[in-house]
Amino acid sequence: MDTTPQTAEIILKASNIKKSFSGVVALDGVDLEIKKGEIHCLAGENGCGKSTLIKIISGVYGMDSGKIELNGHTYHKISPIDSIRNGVQVIYQDFSLFPNLSVMENLAYNTELAQKRTFVNWKRLRKIAEEAIRMIDFNIDLDQKVELLSIANRQQIAICRALINDAKLIIMDEPTTALTKKEVQNLFRIIKLLQVKGISILFVSHKIEEVFEISERLTILRNGKNVLACSTSEIDNQDFSYYMTGKKFEMSCYDPTIDYSATPILKVNNLSLKNGFNDISFSLYRGEILGITGLLGSGRTELALSLFGICPADSGSIELNGIDVKITSVFDAIQNGIGYVPDDRLTEGLFLDQAISDNIIVSNLENLSNKIGILDNKKRIAAIKEWLEKLSIKTSDPRDNVQTLSGGNQQRVVLSKWMSRNTAILILNGPTIGVDIGSKNEIHTILRSLAEKGMGILIISDDLPEVLTTCNRILIMKHGNLMGRLKSSDISELELARECISN
Amino acid sequence: MKHDALSSRKLQKNDNTLLNNLVVAAVILITMAILKSSKFFSFTNFQSMAYQLPQYGLMAFAMALAMISGGIDLSIVGMANLSSMIAALMMIKLANLIPNQNLIIYVIIISCLIAILIGLLCGLLNGLLISKIGIPPILATLGSMQLFSGVSIILSKGNAINRLPPLYAKIGNYALFNIVPLPLLIFILLALSVSFMLNKSAYGIKLYMVGSNTKAAKFSGLHVDKIIIQTYCLAGILSSVSGLIMMSRLNSAKSDYGQQYTLQCLLIAILGGVNPQGGHGNISNVMIAILIFQFLSSSINMFPYFSNFYKLLIWGIVLLGVMIWNKYSKSR
Repeated sequence: MDTTPQTAEIILKASNIKKSFSGVVALDGVDLEIKKGEIHCLAGENGCGKSTLIKIISGVYGMDSGKIELNGHTYHKISPIDSIRNGVQVIYQDFSLFPNLSVMENLAYNTELAQKRTFVNWKRLRKIAEEAIRMIDFNIDLDQKVELLSIANRQQIAICRALINDAKLIIMDEPTTALTKKEVQNLFRIIKLLQVKGISILFVSHKIEEVFEISERLTILRNGKNVLACSTSEIDNQDFSYYMTGKKFEMSCYDPTIDYSATPILKVNNLSLKNGFNDISFSLYRGEILGITGLLGSGRTELALSLFGICPADSGSIELNGIDVKITSVFDAIQNGIGYVPDDRLTEGLFLDQAISDNIIVSNLENLSNKIGILDNKKRIAAIKEWLEKLSIKTSDPRDNVQTLSGGNQQRVVLSKWMSRNTAILILNGPTIGVDIGSKNEIHTILRSLAEKGMGILIISDDLPEVLTTCNRILIMKHGNLMGRLKSSDISELELARECISN
Repeated sequence: MKHDALSSRKLQKNDNTLLNNLVVAAVILITMAILKSSKFFSFTNFQSMAYQLPQYGLMAFAMALAMISGGIDLSIVGMANLSSMIAALMMIKLANLIPNQNLIIYVIIISCLIAILIGLLCGLLNGLLISKIGIPPILATLGSMQLFSGVSIILSKGNAINRLPPLYAKIGNYALFNIVPLPLLIFILLALSVSFMLNKSAYGIKLYMVGSNTKAAKFSGLHVDKIIIQTYCLAGILSSVSGLIMMSRLNSAKSDYGQQYTLQCLLIAILGGVNPQGGHGNISNVMIAILIFQFLSSSINMFPYFSNFYKLLIWGIVLLGVMIWNKYSKSR
């Protein structure tokens, strides 16, 4: 893959960058070198300084010391304008698009503004936009409102916008977080197309598979320092995890002994939901971690939402410990001991601007208060302390907002919300989305220990390695139907991927 | 890891709104001590402030509750006038029916209870419109404000309803030990109850959570609709009590009393650190904001040469100044 000659032109060279925020060192002498037309990966756990480095390169933050060389110019202080003039374009996770405007307007406005035009000429706008989307062979209705588009399409628009602004280096900040497997492949196709045009890409990610698939060289940061800069071909998965976290991980399958003759804790019979899924039947036994996987739109999320009472099923039945139950609301589900960890932690799982402590107890208030709803402060504090310690949620003050926590700690807060209720069945939709490798492993360990204590766990995920290592059985969904059931020890990742895609 | 912070009595972190507002209140008091000491720091002045403050103070609490839930209640004045109007009409009708004038106290009690019930029903309507039908709070309460005022106008044919039983005004002007006015007592009692509910009850936590993120509240199994309805009902009850106090102070009921209070209460709530986005704010801060408001308006009245023309100007400058200061000290 490494086709770029060593003598290639260096487009960006950052050396010995230091930056601290009110005494806390974020970057401690970091170097980064990107060649022309190279796909470079910047990897590291959350909080290692990746985002700070990007913001320094793009001029959002000033650096304390160090220098940046862009296209041969040396800067000790760089402003956003300098950065853009040198062809640096950053695509942030939120894409910074105007959702209420059309694709065309989003694409053309920057150019229009740069040329200081006073009047709008729709024909000219359309021409600019058409040229932009042609650059990456992207087919889209230019008059569509951006808010109606999928995340993947929005990302493509952001890429096009970067291209019209004459990008020489495109920095993508965790671009695959909200994409499905198929969309990721499409993104990679676009990235390679850009490479052919001589554009360099800085791909910021902590997902091992993607880093290995797309990048030619990589730089790994840990705690604000360089730990590695080399060609991707020089290291393997194990090395990568080690450099990222500084710890060694052993991946083994979850293979508990399950009593399949016992009554299952959850039995789903012929469950159907219009435009969601058809005729789904399966059982979940005590101590099991059952994985449900499939492509986006396969009905996996809808199934989870039905079991949790958000969109109740149209027909079929649900049995808990052999007893038929009706789940028509979230309240029913919770009363029956079902908990749900949503895939979108930030909007569905957490109250970001509220205290960590209140987030932990929010679903358990009736057990912490008396008959007329007055809270028992002793119980409340005891419950909060218990879960902070049991899940080792790292915080100096539990009254701080949840948004001050890292992704992994946030996810633990969501877990604690359900664990504090003695939930019998926990459904997790994408349990480790946006969580760094270290925390990911710890969350998997927590899930295993919960299963061993008798909780039934249902993991819905399209992260195949995750499903394979954490679950003991896997169900595959396609177009709303259950198409396969298998033991995770019987199948490899490649075979599972084929199963998911095949018709 | 230890979590000693939790052992302290308060489970919520204070922002610096409280401190800032206390400083503002102190500045006003000190200024008045220098300029108009004898007039401002007199028993009469403090008693008259104590009589004025409860009627809009309660409505400010109602506004604050709606705002914590992530909404707003523009119909507070409408609810206050409608419920006092019905109480006034009932008192007059019933007073003519009863044979013995010694029973008039029961007439008053019943009418007041009915007024509070009306407030509750008005709040229920707001809550249903917002939660079940899904109309944004600002539109729902704007509409219901017109509706409530409209009903009051029809009931009163646009006139002020006078000739209330004299006993009612007497009760409203009663002062405990000739010092503490009854409206102030009611106000303090309700302030303590609302504060207790927000800080010590499950409802309180749920309210903050719903205000902060409705979707997450739903996914956490909270009955979002119920909490919204409860909150607007509470706002309705507080408004109706405020209406009853206003009625006793003016010895009449009218459909357009206290129109200026709607926006004043909104300002007080924001001054008191209630976040218009929902999820944040507490009663003690709003309480200080109410005091600032009262100190300021009483102070302005003590400078006759400013005349009424300057009143609004001074108001605007002070309020904007305080909010700019709050903003700066928060971002620091």
